[in-house]
Amino acid sequence: MLSQLRSIWEILKHSVSKLDTVQYPEQKPYLAPRYRGRIVLTRDPDGEERCVACNLCAAVCPVDCIALQKDTREDGTWYPEFFRINFSRCIMCGMCEEACPTYAIQLTPDFEMCEYDRQNMVYEKENLLINGVGKYPDYNFYRVSGMQTAFKDKGQAQNEAEPIDTKSLLP
Amino acid sequence: MIIFVDGQEIEVKQGENVLEACLNAGLDLPYFCWHPAMGSIGSCRQCALVQYQNPEDTRGRIVMGCMTQVTDGARFSLNAQNATEFREAVVESLMLNHPHDCPVCAEGGECHLQDMTVMVGHRDRRYTGKKNTHRNQYLGPLIQHEMNRCITCYRCERYYRDYAGGSDLGAQASRDHVYFGRHQEGVLESEFSGNLVEVCPTGVFTDKPFLKHYSRKWDLQSAPSICSGCGVGCNISPGERYGKLKRVHNRYNHEVNGYFLCDRGRFGSGYINSDQRLDYSGLKGAGLKSADATFAAVHQSQAIETAAGWLQGKKVLGIGSPRASLESNYLLRELVGRSNFSSGFSDAEAAVVRSIINIQKTTVATNPTIKQMESADAILILGEDITNTAPRVALALRQALRNKSFELAEQLGLPEWQDAAVRNLAQDQLSPMVIVSAMDSRLDDVASQLISLSPAAIADFSCAVTASLQGQESDDKRVQQVANMLSAAKRPLIISGSSMLSANIVDSAACLAEALQAHKQAAQEVMLSFCVPEANSMGLGLLVNEDKRPLRLSRLAKKIDTVDAVLILENDLERRLSQSELDLIFSGKTRVISMDLLENNTLARSDLVLPVASYAESQGTLVNAESRAQRHYPVFEPAAERLCSWQWLLQLAAVMEHKKLAGIAHFDQIVEACSKSQPIFADLTAVAPDHSFRDRGLKVPRQTHRYSGRTAINADVSVHEPPQPTDCETPLAYSMEGLNRDQPASLIPYVWSPGWNSNQSLQKFQAEVNGPLKGALKHSGAGQRLIKSTQQGLEYKLKVTHPRMQKGRWQLLPMHRVHGSEELSAYTDEIAELAAQAFVALGETVAEKLGVAEGEMVVVSTADQEISLQVKVLSRVAKNCVGFSVGYDKTKSLRAGDSVALRRDKSWQPPQVIATDRGVASNGC
Repeated sequence: MLSQLRSIWEILKHSVSKLDTVQYPEQKPYLAPRYRGRIVLTRDPDGEERCVACNLCAAVCPVDCIALQKDTREDGTWYPEFFRINFSRCIMCGMCEEACPTYAIQLTPDFEMCEYDRQNMVYEKENLLINGVGKYPDYNFYRVSGMQTAFKDKGQAQNEAEPIDTKSLLP
Repeated sequence: MIIFVDGQEIEVKQGENVLEACLNAGLDLPYFCWHPAMGSIGSCRQCALVQYQNPEDTRGRIVMGCMTQVTDGARFSLNAQNATEFREAVVESLMLNHPHDCPVCAEGGECHLQDMTVMVGHRDRRYTGKKNTHRNQYLGPLIQHEMNRCITCYRCERYYRDYAGGSDLGAQASRDHVYFGRHQEGVLESEFSGNLVEVCPTGVFTDKPFLKHYSRKWDLQSAPSICSGCGVGCNISPGERYGKLKRVHNRYNHEVNGYFLCDRGRFGSGYINSDQRLDYSGLKGAGLKSADATFAAVHQSQAIETAAGWLQGKKVLGIGSPRASLESNYLLRELVGRSNFSSGFSDAEAAVVRSIINIQKTTVATNPTIKQMESADAILILGEDITNTAPRVALALRQALRNKSFELAEQLGLPEWQDAAVRNLAQDQLSPMVIVSAMDSRLDDVASQLISLSPAAIADFSCAVTASLQGQESDDKRVQQVANMLSAAKRPLIISGSSMLSANIVDSAACLAEALQAHKQAAQEVMLSFCVPEANSMGLGLLVNEDKRPLRLSRLAKKIDTVDAVLILENDLERRLSQSELDLIFSGKTRVISMDLLENNTLARSDLVLPVASYAESQGTLVNAESRAQRHYPVFEPAAERLCSWQWLLQLAAVMEHKKLAGIAHFDQIVEACSKSQPIFADLTAVAPDHSFRDRGLKVPRQTHRYSGRTAINADVSVHEPPQPTDCETPLAYSMEGLNRDQPASLIPYVWSPGWNSNQSLQKFQAEVNGPLKGALKHSGAGQRLIKSTQQGLEYKLKVTHPRMQKGRWQLLPMHRVHGSEELSAYTDEIAELAAQAFVALGETVAEKLGVAEGEMVVVSTADQEISLQVKVLSRVAKNCVGFSVGYDKTKSLRAGDSVALRRDKSWQPPQVIATDRGVASNGC
């Protein structure tokens, strides 16, 4: 008897409690910035592409959905001539973001990627590049390290000494 | 002999060092400065392990593996705590100044430094001070320099100076200021500079052309291949991605190229990506017969039908090619009929190659591998600039000259791998090497004696040495000296070749070797080796060697009017025939069908052109100078409508319903038919496994197990992934699936082993350090020697023909250049840049007489033409001889042995010197 009454009480209680179901898509749920959704390529604080075409994202990708080709700019920096992600294969695992040494590739909280035509799930560099720094506002790989470029001479990266004069006899 | 490493018993060879012993046993002992071909100097301190005095000793002491010789029962520990800590500390100190630029370093992913750092477990940097930086140098179009990455292992300097004999790269400054570079920026002079890329354990020296369209090692699709740059037949491993040939790496073959390639072999394949490659078949407009008529692109099937229509039931001649595979040449010969097949050699080339083959078939002397040449203790070079005609052999000769130092070392009980000590002991003492040639050669710097003679005089000289060995006195002191040198040696090497296009020199070298062998009796080994002009000269020569009356190319030109069509296989006739002979072939009514890969004038004048695949897109057998048949496999599928030349010929035969070739549809069937066609080709089927080869049920994979982008590479075209191309012709698959471990040596596409991503992983494929590959022991070696000498000896009555020279005229002699003389590699941008201008080479006195200096122009006039060429002044040259650069566009029409007049080009003006912001540069030349 008591248990039946308790069951009725529990049921009645639910008729006034807050709903767990969200009316998506009218209502959008909160997704954390670290959520693993659509992949973007970000730019450094100077507005240049961050990607240096090191190929680590492609290597680490478990479904092999990233393909790119390295090229060199006139200033000596590396960049991807093309950068392609086949989102119809992507499993949003985030390994590419983890592997990226320059914070270029980042996953975003956007997961709404529906297409009638699968071909539209293939994103090229121009579809992936955003005009922003993403989650890491300050980082610029070439200012920290990397080779000599037109805008950074030898010895001007972080923690670098002036180039050695091999002809000097000073101790 | 046995040593103990961490309690494990290891069988070792007497005299080797502990590092070698550990690597041979499959243990992972990190190292940097040691290199299997260059021995130990103990400078990097990385291969440290603990040695114990006896079983009771528990403390031990740290020793360097590469500097410690094994002794019976010695006890070592690799895993002792102080050894592992020591090795980690060494890497940490080497990494102090190493920049954080792996993402933008071309070595990344195949970096020995990365591998070793991971292997010793060094993870976090504790050093927070400033890192040293260095200025880079421009080292030419082939090598990129990034000094910041250096860990001062000294491998580059030891390779470049000590091993390859270069003089313009070395160490500068001291302590943590050490710098490796040239005294000033400039193109590296050595023909072997490309090996720095593989020798450097990190990214200081990287492959510059590769950097332009770079891909990581794990992304390259590779296949075992053979270099087509010259007749040496070095084994290479080309890598492809996105349909482009990206780079060529060395593929180890302990009997041929070992660890090293020349720059032509490594960098000369850029032509495969050239815009001048033929993509589609071209048919000249309706019956037009002028050189400028344009081609209409036609479909494969239409091209085949047109060609078959021209050939079927007609009288047809075929022209083969020394740069096409044996199979293609064989098919063409069968297709047109043996008596209608011309080898495609020029008449002079054909005679020399024929001589070389006949000598190799009968000589009592040994026909050495490159590895064997390295053991020679006296060398005589007759008429050949080996560094330019067979570069890899020259590198081996430089090592052979060190046998003197090994002799001295042996007397002191010093092992050969004690590199610094052995070099110190010998100082500049070298084994004797005499070069008898018409002009400067790139080995002059290490020769004990230089003799400058014209080609006919070289043959005479060699005959005189022969006579001297047989007991005749000679007036010439040099003859006696050379005879003494050869008879005193234990393993003398006589080396000559075809570059002078003189069968006399070749025959005289053989006579000399015979006499020397007779003089020495059977006890000692006399080695006799020849350089041949092209990758498959020997294969083609063997194919037509039994012919009683081979169809010479010049005779073919003369009888062209009697036939209906000519089928040319990968041969630019302009390089071999005179203008008038070419006119005979192309301006008559005869239909000309050409198969080739790059645009040239022969193609432009043909009626139908068929695009063929390069060596990297096709399979075939090439026979090298020592008659070793080796097979190359396609690295990637040919693009557009290109086909392998044997595929074109098979399709033609099928449409023509050719009786003799009926039933042949696959590559392996051609090989089988060819092997049965002549006894000399009997071993052709054993050159490499056929297409049915499976390793544990799978074909050998061309791709690495970490080949990336599989589902995205073609996604721009269609998101529906196409199946991988199937390959039913070879034992390799366009796939990541399969094992790349201990398959036959001829089927190793690339080297990789867990923990060893760099090319140093090769030691996991070798049976022992510097030894054969494991696969070569388990299965067959890479390649098969076709000629087995009957050892009957030769009976030559040599009659040397001397050209008659008029006064005021000079004999024109060919000078081969590593960069520029070879037909296909010259289409590569970087090689073209290094090849620079065609030249005529004069002795100092001639230059003085003409009033010209180096870089100025001279008009060379032959019987029917005048060509203005840049002057190069030689330090030594035979009387009445001048040299010219072979194979350059401008000198294509010059022939060896032509008698020419010379005069200063009065119309030539010195180039204006203009100042640029980078200093003074000269404009024009």
